[in-house]
Amino acid sequence: MSTHLDTVIGQPWKRPPFISNPILRWGLVIAFFAYLIAAYMTIDINWARVYAGLDRGAQFVLAFTSPDFTSRSSDIWGGLMESIIITVAASVVGILISIPIGLGAARNIAPLPVYLICRGIVAISRALQEIIVAILLVAIFGFGPLAGFLTLSFATIGFLSKLLAEDIESMDRVQVEAIRASGARWAQWVNYGVQPQVMPRLVGLSIYRLDINFRESAILGLVGAGGIGATLNTAFDRYEYDTAAAILILIIVIVMALEYISGIVRARVQ
Amino acid sequence: MLKLKKLVKTYATGDQALKSIELEVPEGQVLALIGPSGAGKSTLIRCINRLVEPTSGEVWLGDTELTKLNSSGLRRARREMGMIFQEYALVERLTVMENVLSGRLGYVGFWRSLTRRFPQSDVDEAFRLLDRVGLLAMADKRADELSGGQRQRVGICRALIQNPKLLLVDEPTASLDPKTSRQIMRLICELCAERGLAAIINIHDVALAQMFVQRVVGLRFGAVEFDGPPEALVPDVLTTIYGEEDWEATIKKDDEEVAQ
Amino acid sequence: MPVTQHDDTTVWHRRTFKQTLAHSAMWLGGLAVFAYCWMQISNSTTWFFVWDAPRIAGDIWSRATPPKWEYITQLGRPIWDTLNIATLGTLISLCLAVPVAFLAAHNTTPSKLFIRPVALFIIVATRSINSLIWALLLIAIIGPGVFAGVVAIAIRSIGFCAKLLYEAIEEIDSVQVEAITATGASRWQVMAFGIVPQIMPAFAGIAVFRWDINIRESTVLGLVGAGGIGLQLSASLNVLAWPQVSLILLVILAAVVISEWVSAKVRGAII
Repeated sequence: MSTHLDTVIGQPWKRPPFISNPILRWGLVIAFFAYLIAAYMTIDINWARVYAGLDRGAQFVLAFTSPDFTSRSSDIWGGLMESIIITVAASVVGILISIPIGLGAARNIAPLPVYLICRGIVAISRALQEIIVAILLVAIFGFGPLAGFLTLSFATIGFLSKLLAEDIESMDRVQVEAIRASGARWAQWVNYGVQPQVMPRLVGLSIYRLDINFRESAILGLVGAGGIGATLNTAFDRYEYDTAAAILILIIVIVMALEYISGIVRARVQ
Repeated sequence: MLKLKKLVKTYATGDQALKSIELEVPEGQVLALIGPSGAGKSTLIRCINRLVEPTSGEVWLGDTELTKLNSSGLRRARREMGMIFQEYALVERLTVMENVLSGRLGYVGFWRSLTRRFPQSDVDEAFRLLDRVGLLAMADKRADELSGGQRQRVGICRALIQNPKLLLVDEPTASLDPKTSRQIMRLICELCAERGLAAIINIHDVALAQMFVQRVVGLRFGAVEFDGPPEALVPDVLTTIYGEEDWEATIKKDDEEVAQ
Repeated sequence: MPVTQHDDTTVWHRRTFKQTLAHSAMWLGGLAVFAYCWMQISNSTTWFFVWDAPRIAGDIWSRATPPKWEYITQLGRPIWDTLNIATLGTLISLCLAVPVAFLAAHNTTPSKLFIRPVALFIIVATRSINSLIWALLLIAIIGPGVFAGVVAIAIRSIGFCAKLLYEAIEEIDSVQVEAITATGASRWQVMAFGIVPQIMPAFAGIAVFRWDINIRESTVLGLVGAGGIGLQLSASLNVLAWPQVSLILLVILAAVVISEWVSAKVRGAII
């Protein structure tokens, strides 16, 4: 653009485009729309089936106004209890294991071989979906809550260790060095220099993970790994929408309660 | 031209920020509003264009009473009052030109503004204003690439392109270094003189105010304590506004600087 | 400060006696809860299978290796479907999440008393239910297929995107909004000029982040019949075709790694 007033007066003004190369800009726009059209063409939606289903959808929405907690109450409570048990046990074990692995995965306090092993464990745990792990574990250990428990423990390790390690890697050097300068041994150094700095976040993250574990535990039952998912699946199969609505409401209420509690706890530890 | 009658603002917390302010600003007058932090300077300015709703009292701009206006009437009234902010308040992720043109939003329909199709007369005026403040070459830069002084110049352009009758200026120099502060104050006062604009300038720096304005109003605890020409700001007056302090040094130093 | 006198020396303790007691009780309670949970799990486990697990795991491993590489020719379409489920689902959910976020944010909601709680409820409800469950539900309603998967991903992502977005809206600089308001701009213009430019980077980051998560989630939606590569996985598992299962798992793993890499690159370019 010229910097002389006379040359710009009367000229139309346009906002400079986000991508300055016009070929690239229009290329991206066209590619995007081409993809959208291609994707839409291959989905082949059966609109007649969708239309027929709307009726059932309405029924389901209505079921939320009259959820049925009673007619399958023993299934619901049994499943819910099992979900909670799996969640609690897996969170405890997962957190306990993820602390040493998190320490090992922090480059500033762990030697290289330990670091590589721990990072490897974290990477595997994060890359594998909970539900796929659950399928494999069910195949190995048989049906039941043990497979669910192991699945969630394994998933917790990947999640928590990674965040813990990142936290340790970004902590304040001066405080840590002050403790080391006092002649502390490695364990003392971790206890006094590292732990106080990362503890509040660890507590917050643990509670957050408890919340995630509960949500995940609701689907483990779909592949036979215990919990409320099996009951829910049965309810859908039998088109018992009022029971399904009751279960979904319970899940939502528990998740809301957990979020509320985690808010309070995080506010207190910080 | 602007007349405040018994203007009161009480916040929800019970703090009385303004206690029955009476003030009249004639056409073309540049007025400095001084006073300690928390005296209600910002609240006063924001009550005029109703960014803060006054609790009671009247605000007359020409023949319109602003406190009774409905939302579309208020928008029309706001077009007549340009506002300049302490921290520039540019939309940082928009370009300089977009920031200047945003001053015309009150005149342009929603879809035209969304697609950035402003009338050619607005675009020309924006270019003229940017040229006037020496930023024409920066028109397509993003606002967050500019220095503090440059941003404040863009803020001034945004206020002026509204073609206002009145400028409301809130601490224009508080985030700037002394030299830039003077340049900005000089620019604002020159532009007001060129266009015959009235202005209310909130300012912390008493010396700077004395250098540029025709009239000073001192505010303390939400009430007007002083109203007069800048020469009348003697140490006793400053003491009634701000409290006890050795004022001689401040004023004397300014005299020397002016003499330079 | 919790100190006690022993003979002549003053001993410093970290906690007072009462605090120590409360602390121990808390730990004991926690331990009891955990022990109870473990017993419940243990009771419903057939331990014979568990002791047999290493042999079974070895058995599965020997059947699953090497993967049946030539099967990959049949995975092209399922991978395309999976990509579509994730991408279209993310796009739809963003369209729905934006208004919800504006209704939920403190500073933009039209009514704190009525509309904000509704918006917050939509966020919690869609977030707390897993996409697999949404898929189950949608399959019951609109029948199995890719479309059910798209809708399931879309619904599940609303809460996540809207939550992050409304937090970003609440963090904007209110003075910039004030400045636009002061020019006499209308409500919508204030939104377009004052608020939207400020949240654009957050919005782009959220979109890419959620797309990455959705690729992961859509790989398994097929397990319940909602299309994508999960259908092949479930079919192979049903006939115990372990060499195919291992190949599919490798493909899923690759997809997850690639999507994470793409999302990290794009986010790096935007922010």
